[in-house]
Amino acid sequence: MRKFGKKLLVMLLVSTLAIALCGCAGDKVGDSLITIGIPQDLDDSLDPHVAEGAGTREVLFNVFEGLVKPDSNGDLIPAVASAYNINEDGTVYTFKLREGVKFHNGATVTVQDVKASLDKCAGTGSGEPLVAAFSDVKEINIVDDSTIEVVLNSSNTDFLPNMTAAILPADHLDASTELIGTGPYKYVSRSPQENIVLQAFDDYWGEKAKIKDVVFKIIPNGDTYVMNLEGGSIDMMARLSTTQAAQLSDNFDIYEGTMNLVQGLYLNNKVEPFNDPKVRQALNYAVDVQEIMDFVSDGKGTETGSSMFPAFGKYYMPELNDTYTKDVEKAKQLLSEAGYPNGFEFTITVPSNYQQHIDTAQVLKEQFKEIGVTANINLIEWDSWLSDVYMGRNFESTVIGLDASTLSARAMLERFTSDSGKNFTNYSNAEYDKTYAAAVASTDDDIQTQNYKKCEQILAEDAANVYIQDLPNMVAVNKKFGGYEFYPLYVMDISKMYIK
Amino acid sequence: MNRKKRSFNFILGTVLLALTLIPALIGLVWTPYDPESMDVANKLAHVSIRHIYGCDNFGRDVFSRIMSGSGITLLIAIGTVACGSIIGTIIGAFTGYFGGMVDTAIMRINDVALAFPSILLALVIISLMGSGKYQVMFALGIAFIPSYARIVRGEYKRIKNLDYVKSAKLAGAGDLRIMFVHILPNTKAVLLSSVMIGFNNAILAEAGLSFLGIGVQPPDASLGRMLSEAQAYLFTNPGYAMFPGITIVMIILGFSLLSKEIG
Amino acid sequence: MKYVAKKVIGAIITLLVVSLLVFLAFAIIPGDPALSRLGTNATESALAAMRERMGLNKPIPVRYLLWLAGIFKGDLGTSYAYEMPVTALIADKMPITITLMIYSLILMLIISVPLGVYASYKEKTAIDRAIQIINQIIMALPPFFSGILITLVFGVGLKFFVPGGFVSIGVNPVRFFKFMFFPALAIALPKSAMILNLLYTSLNGEKKKDYVRTAYSRGNTSNAVFFGHMLKNASMPAITFIGMALADIVAGSIIIEQVFGIPGLGRILLTSIQNRDYPVVLAVIMLIALMVVVTNLAVDVIYKIVDPRIE
Repeated sequence: MRKFGKKLLVMLLVSTLAIALCGCAGDKVGDSLITIGIPQDLDDSLDPHVAEGAGTREVLFNVFEGLVKPDSNGDLIPAVASAYNINEDGTVYTFKLREGVKFHNGATVTVQDVKASLDKCAGTGSGEPLVAAFSDVKEINIVDDSTIEVVLNSSNTDFLPNMTAAILPADHLDASTELIGTGPYKYVSRSPQENIVLQAFDDYWGEKAKIKDVVFKIIPNGDTYVMNLEGGSIDMMARLSTTQAAQLSDNFDIYEGTMNLVQGLYLNNKVEPFNDPKVRQALNYAVDVQEIMDFVSDGKGTETGSSMFPAFGKYYMPELNDTYTKDVEKAKQLLSEAGYPNGFEFTITVPSNYQQHIDTAQVLKEQFKEIGVTANINLIEWDSWLSDVYMGRNFESTVIGLDASTLSARAMLERFTSDSGKNFTNYSNAEYDKTYAAAVASTDDDIQTQNYKKCEQILAEDAANVYIQDLPNMVAVNKKFGGYEFYPLYVMDISKMYIK
Repeated sequence: MNRKKRSFNFILGTVLLALTLIPALIGLVWTPYDPESMDVANKLAHVSIRHIYGCDNFGRDVFSRIMSGSGITLLIAIGTVACGSIIGTIIGAFTGYFGGMVDTAIMRINDVALAFPSILLALVIISLMGSGKYQVMFALGIAFIPSYARIVRGEYKRIKNLDYVKSAKLAGAGDLRIMFVHILPNTKAVLLSSVMIGFNNAILAEAGLSFLGIGVQPPDASLGRMLSEAQAYLFTNPGYAMFPGITIVMIILGFSLLSKEIG
Repeated sequence: MKYVAKKVIGAIITLLVVSLLVFLAFAIIPGDPALSRLGTNATESALAAMRERMGLNKPIPVRYLLWLAGIFKGDLGTSYAYEMPVTALIADKMPITITLMIYSLILMLIISVPLGVYASYKEKTAIDRAIQIINQIIMALPPFFSGILITLVFGVGLKFFVPGGFVSIGVNPVRFFKFMFFPALAIALPKSAMILNLLYTSLNGEKKKDYVRTAYSRGNTSNAVFFGHMLKNASMPAITFIGMALADIVAGSIIIEQVFGIPGLGRILLTSIQNRDYPVVLAVIMLIALMVVVTNLAVDVIYKIVDPRIE
């Protein structure tokens, strides 16, 4: 018995030593590694053609590339393609393949891979497009070994942003478990609810990534962001609240940007009383956006008067922010005209995983009290929100942020056309539909821009919804690292980051 | 237990409950500030004379919110425990007293319910009925039934074979009379302690549901909801989390001290 | 033996009914797993294809039978959200929860047994009373709040650990065990108070029993009596409670894992319910149910051994 005890003791000592040594080794790797906190796991599909969760897109941006890709100014630059050409009426897009672009598995990208990837999006085989915007695509033709053309059904000069769709190997089109792209980072592994690991891709065609290993660590508990940063378990975290950013020491650089979305109180235009524009305008007159920003984000944020956020410099119209300024009397008068002199009661449905939206709803409730309107807040899970509010359109109003999946005005404006599948607010306005159609069909850039702007104006004046703000985005990065850049899209570009 | 200790428990329990229940009762009709009114200037204000517990992230007075929140929490806890213990006692009494096939079947169902995570059960009920304080009460109440049924059944099985019950039967007392007049009072001690534990669990479960965003709806306050909201501001204003937490501890401690006295 | 067999069959039926109920719950809860996966930009055809891939186009009874058939092959299906076998996912997260369980069990015993014995030994002294009062307060501490307090004191104040700074055992075992101590403490504290209370009460009850008095009168040293006989007899209720508490840790870990940011089974259950990742939800709930049922079974059997009169 005693002998056994001795043995056990030795074993324990040895293993403790081993553990301790291993612990030291673990800490040393730190140099070419960056650990980035993300608030949720990539719960939707990792297939870049299918994934639409903003949080998933921002990580996959480093792994996959399309024929073109956005840069930090919001312009599209050639990626897997080296050059492109759009014919005059915007029906044929021709791409010249970049030479020697490699997939993460070592294979060289061929026109066959490009055609297979685009065919997958357009659903050429199954008949129905996998990506809604690809319904315009008539055919995808291989012209020669390095040229491919995309032919559209109708004229559309604004189709190029859709060409950011990821190019996958033709024999790996189902990319949900094995991620093979052409981006600066390759996928290594994941552990559910724990992390996603990427590694720099040595054969990247462009400027290679400077930091070798990237770990995206999932931290669902918002109040530990600051401690995680300060304690050194993460080096970077995006979308901090202003309160959190203020608590960080000077070991961190704080980058201030916006989230690139339009947060609003979206109204179901089909249900009473929101089918009456006067009621919608009354709500707009009741809202003080600055006060919301003061409560929710210490006064930071950018006001939006319509469905367009400031990063879209070409289309954003700051003058629309003044369409409604807080005016309780005016709001009450409009309510009386609409037949609600004593106000009314309605429900704001809010997804329970977005604290900023919940906070905004609480401030809105207080502001509506002043015009005699009672708002009840109903928190539901994100999934119920998706199926009941977004797909089922079974709601009165909801606070949410709507973003753009591609760098085109369409991404922000199409969802308010009467017959759009994404028109969950049931907004219906013949003039809007007409103006939008004219914008899309136009081949002249000026006329197109004018029409898009007119669309925004209609949304504001007709008070389709209560547009509030583009939320502030505070990114904290440990001073050891530099090179973080904001994009006008919801992405995080790690390849440009470096160790100081 | 000696006299001295008894009275100590009694006094401490009473004081704790008075400190928490009286403000909760007053909170039904009056609070120092409107618990829902916001004030930018006082965002996350620390403890001061004007706001004795400080303010939350909307500049709402934490003390006023605790006053109204204790009321909602107590309402939910009492409703939950009442629902669970009354229905559970009736089921437990019948199955324990009569036994047989019905007993086996119901206890089998009971086992299932015990093995079924109450959070999922609550999620199902709330997704059917919508969320809100009454729905929470109902959902948790149902989730609490099986444990009471199991405890009461055990007591009935034990007591029904005791001599005094047998003699009552011989004296011609009806089954219902024996069950609820003769046996029930003798389950008091066990029932009371499980009511106390249930009370504790109800407050916790409500906090858990609020955490998932399916409990009490904002801007309504409940102690659990306040505690989970305050977590995000633990470093800026720890008081915001401490006060609702301490209130919960005081209520639970007060009740358990008093229940020892009665039991 | 017949008694045990009967109980085991009962337990299996219980598990089957639980799984059936979970399946029914999925049918009732709003939300569509395919939509959850594809998000707001999904087209109808993509949704239909996803539903088919997930096997959601089959009627519920068929899905249930397929799932049951899978169990016998050791196949719990594939997670919708992570596209990996559920068994692999559980195997990945199980060590975290088991560590938490064992860690808190050890802490529970270290805290409660010596204190309980000591308090009973010193019954009616000032030390006893002090232990009792502290114990009462800790018993009233919700794990949710004890987690916050521990974070505040040991994490923010004393900087013993980084709140939310979980590291998996494979990456750095030392930091893993160091970190896990604190959530385990948050779980163990209120439960230790319960055990202490049970042990104390039954020890004091035991003291008054005849065999103890006889032993004392026979000139036995008090220590031998105390540890040899009384503790053994008095630990029954405490052991029962510990059994229940262990099963409770898995189900109750949802909140502690949330407070401390641990990616264990509780977090997986919660996010999977939110994502409508039904195969994972089913597997975790069955695991919890299995633990509850096995614990109850063990308690029943132990009781039967101790007191054969139980029917």
